[in-house]
Amino acid sequence: MKLVVLAGTPGSGKTSVLLHTIRSLIKSGKKPAVVKVDCLWTDDDQRFSKLGIPVHVGLAKDMCPDHFTIYNTDAMLDWGTSNGADIVLNETAGLCLRCAPYPDECLAICVIDVTTGPNTPLKVGPLLTTADIVVMTKGDLVSQAEREVFRERVLDVNPGCIIVEANGLTGKGAFELAEMVTGGPDVCENMVLRYNPPLAICSLCTGETRVARKHHMGVLRQLDGFMEYRGE
Amino acid sequence: MNEELTLTILGGVDKDGVPEPVKFLEVSKGEIIGIVGPTGSGKSTLIDDIEQLAQGDTPTGRSILINGKRPDAVIRVDPRKKLVAQLSQKMHFLADMTVVDFLHMHARSRGKGPELVDRVIELANTLTGEPISPDHYLTVLSGGQSRSLMTADIAVISDSPVVLIDEIENAGIKKQEALKLLSGEGKIVVVVTHDPVLALMASRRIVIRNGAMMDIITTSREEQDVCGRITQVDNWLMSLRDTIRRGEIVEELA
Repeated sequence: MKLVVLAGTPGSGKTSVLLHTIRSLIKSGKKPAVVKVDCLWTDDDQRFSKLGIPVHVGLAKDMCPDHFTIYNTDAMLDWGTSNGADIVLNETAGLCLRCAPYPDECLAICVIDVTTGPNTPLKVGPLLTTADIVVMTKGDLVSQAEREVFRERVLDVNPGCIIVEANGLTGKGAFELAEMVTGGPDVCENMVLRYNPPLAICSLCTGETRVARKHHMGVLRQLDGFMEYRGE
Repeated sequence: MNEELTLTILGGVDKDGVPEPVKFLEVSKGEIIGIVGPTGSGKSTLIDDIEQLAQGDTPTGRSILINGKRPDAVIRVDPRKKLVAQLSQKMHFLADMTVVDFLHMHARSRGKGPELVDRVIELANTLTGEPISPDHYLTVLSGGQSRSLMTADIAVISDSPVVLIDEIENAGIKKQEALKLLSGEGKIVVVVTHDPVLALMASRRIVIRNGAMMDIITTSREEQDVCGRITQVDNWLMSLRDTIRRGEIVEELA
């Protein structure tokens, strides 16, 4: 069983790129299945279902979607196995850009939109910096020079990644991605995350709604950058 | 590095999946080749196939060979090894940076030195009316200024042996000078155009219809003569345009 975790900034074209990649995988005789994780709502499962593959939707609702993804990785793989899949493709919602739900033994793909400008790669964080493959989308909307500058910025923050220029409309790049997915690692027992999750649980996570500082506990960072632990 | 450069296009299929009539086309070093056809017929798609050195993995199913061989994967993606420079139709800058910062970063991405930056701006300013300053933000440049800057960038920084140009005539820049600048020494130039001057400056032109390469026309002696005559008309129109831009009065019909 292989696991692909596909993350990226909102509206970057994750689903479109994935749809083309799945078509290419099916053509080469693979049996992919998709788990789409979103926060509140999605209808992407209908788009994936048209390809005739097993699809599962996970809505994180009031849980952080990346935490939800990590917590449910085992269950996704079990579900994939029981549906006869040999590759589980997990598209995550990606939210605060502070952590990255990539286990070590998976193919980690980050999708990023070129039209957001060359400073964006510096803002995306571990989602981008710990990915194996960075997919640049919407390159047809900018000049070649601007694409190359963007690419350079991606390599500044993730020098070891493979960059694929893809297009969700034409399917450009999908063939290359499908080949890399096929050559990706097999999952193993006891996978660990590539990057540590954010600071430990604070009182907001457990439902505290009062704003004043005195009501909050946990590992907290103050406006001046000072980090403290406040417990009972 | 590009001693014996040839570019080969192996035909794929048209928009309906039918094999295209032209199955093989080889372009040699120093040749300017045109792409003509109605709008929406697939001219830019052919340019894109060449830009990404397609290997039967694009919707057209075309393959591009370099010196008769399939190019390495590295050549397809690494800008430092890229054989193809493209001047695309889409020319709005989205990067919120100054001209000089952008050019420095582009030079770095191509593995070139920062000394080329001034040269790019200087050259760009020979193609456009209002000068571009190094401190201008990219997003304030006009369409013509952006095109001029990218033309100069391709001539100096990208400097690849294959240059692809998409409808340079729409840019409001000195198109023949731009073409001369881009074709440089022994480059392969592929130019998509509706402009008779540019189309007839090419030695051959590919005719596109419904996504397919239908025919290849070699520019005849007669067409070369026509090209010479319409160039004069074109230069005259260009000088009239300049007169009007300067705010002067057009006095006589030559």
